[in-house]
Amino acid sequence: MTEFLQQLINGLSVGSMYALIALGYTLVYGVLRFINFAHCDVFMVGAFVGFYAGLNVHQTSWGGGVLIMIAAMLVCAALGIVIERLAYRPLRDRSKLSVLITAIGVSLLLENAGQLVFGPNPQPFPEIFPSRTFEVGGLVISSKDIVVVIVTASLLAILQFIVLKTRIGTAMRAVSFNSQAASLMGINPNLIISVTFGVGSALAAAGGILWAYKFPKIDPLMGIAPGLTAFIAAVIGGIGNIPGAALGGLLIGIIETFVKGSRYSTWTDAISFLFLILILLFRPAGLLGKLQPEKV
Amino acid sequence: MFTRPRTWFLVTLAASAVLGYFQNQIDPYFADVLTRIGINITLAVSLNLINGHTGQFSLGHAGFMAIGAYTAAALTMFVGPTIFPASPPQILLLLWFMAALFAGGVVAAAAGLLVGAPSLRLKGDYLAIVTLGFGQIIAVIFRNIEPLGGALGLNGIPAYTNLFWVFAAAALTIYVITAMVNSTYGRGFIATHDDEVAAEAMGINTTRCKIVAFVIGAFFAGIAGGLYGHFTLTINPKGFDFSRSIEIVVMVIAGGMGNTVGVILAAVLLTLLPEGLRQLSGVSPSLHWISESRPLLYSILLIGLMLLRPQGLFSFRRSARVKV
Repeated sequence: MTEFLQQLINGLSVGSMYALIALGYTLVYGVLRFINFAHCDVFMVGAFVGFYAGLNVHQTSWGGGVLIMIAAMLVCAALGIVIERLAYRPLRDRSKLSVLITAIGVSLLLENAGQLVFGPNPQPFPEIFPSRTFEVGGLVISSKDIVVVIVTASLLAILQFIVLKTRIGTAMRAVSFNSQAASLMGINPNLIISVTFGVGSALAAAGGILWAYKFPKIDPLMGIAPGLTAFIAAVIGGIGNIPGAALGGLLIGIIETFVKGSRYSTWTDAISFLFLILILLFRPAGLLGKLQPEKV
Repeated sequence: MFTRPRTWFLVTLAASAVLGYFQNQIDPYFADVLTRIGINITLAVSLNLINGHTGQFSLGHAGFMAIGAYTAAALTMFVGPTIFPASPPQILLLLWFMAALFAGGVVAAAAGLLVGAPSLRLKGDYLAIVTLGFGQIIAVIFRNIEPLGGALGLNGIPAYTNLFWVFAAAALTIYVITAMVNSTYGRGFIATHDDEVAAEAMGINTTRCKIVAFVIGAFFAGIAGGLYGHFTLTINPKGFDFSRSIEIVVMVIAGGMGNTVGVILAAVLLTLLPEGLRQLSGVSPSLHWISESRPLLYSILLIGLMLLRPQGLFSFRRSARVKV
């Protein structure tokens, strides 16, 4: 039982990071209807920005950690907007396939440029937040897990507020619903798409920082595996659906952690894809797709 | 160019026989590059059937290649010696190699059916993800099969591949796929690519077309994998990862999706490119970083092509049948 709870806590913390990344996929899919393959590399860039910012900001204090995180989110938001402007916008009128191919190209570009700029070897990530471990009734809880869950939950709440309560969020939902009609109503779809990319990339950066904080080794290819898993999480939850992405992320995180802890641990990489294929076969819209019409 | 595919097939077959006969006279480095070119042509042309002619998007071609490579290698390494007497005649070994290649293709095709049948009902980007996942799963599976070497892979595969086999396979791939696409039945692939709804309305079973294209593409990828294994003599799951799939995809896109001649040219060009870059770094050490950053080059090529020449490098007709 203790073992079970321990794994559950671990799964929750990994899963909430997947949820953060999955949100970026879902947001972009909501407005542009395409999979932003480069998203997982924005996640990696976020971690590296945190790494370099960590060298300058006073480390291991709550304020410093938050500063680092905000810096990474701003840089990545800018990066996401630039990527959309330079690589995706010129292709807006072409078929989805050519945008998809370009996105794969951008992803490879970031990975390989990252290997040239940051160096291919893993680097130790600094402790940006103070951390200690608690013991509660046999369970060992690291403050890292608590930080991860709290940060994710607050970012989710902020996102939900932006999307549901603000003017820009309303515009995002309008563009997602029908971009042409939205532009007739005086909404500038290009601006909204840029904002969406910015928000999604900022969430990826936050995910990257948290990931690097929990697993303190970063390298330019670190985004691929969590990025794919998070994408699967988005599809499982119903792509384009914000609560779905969060749910899918948690689900996948927990399942993966349990598989990793069992004796089938070498199959971990395959399990999420297997899950994806099953979902696509039996519920192609995802768990929460269709059920909730709210799409962004 | 391929108006008379059969003549072309026979000519290339004869040419590859000549090449194979004189293999020992050819400079080994040159022969090595030629072999890579032949294998890449097979891979690119077979992927072109799926991604080009039929207009689907597969990112798992290296997975089929892996299946072919492992199947063929297992047959020649483990099964062959148990059924043949000690020191069997050369001809028997060659026939067995051919059978092994074929078996590799068949197993890859079966895997193609297994993956394709459920997932080809999905559209564009979902299919891309599922095939990507398939590639990943294949690597995990081979990593977990201990008799096939696990993560270390198989070593000491007999060196059966020569220029004849490689170019005969390439010629066969080009012949079968060209003849098929130009047949009445194969027009269904192109119709599926051009407009799925209209094709359905004309009575074409588009799902079936996609699956057939997928299975045939996988078959030839499996054969290419078998050739690759008996050429490098060592295979491991890492050698068939996502970046390998991407290399093949770049060849197809650079050549122009659905343009067989262009894809062949692109396969040749993109195999020679890294070799040329390596020569470049021999000229001056300061250029060394260029040859080191081949993947970077591929990614820039991919984005640049999509933005500037989505019809591929080698499509010159104004109204080329390309709907990227």
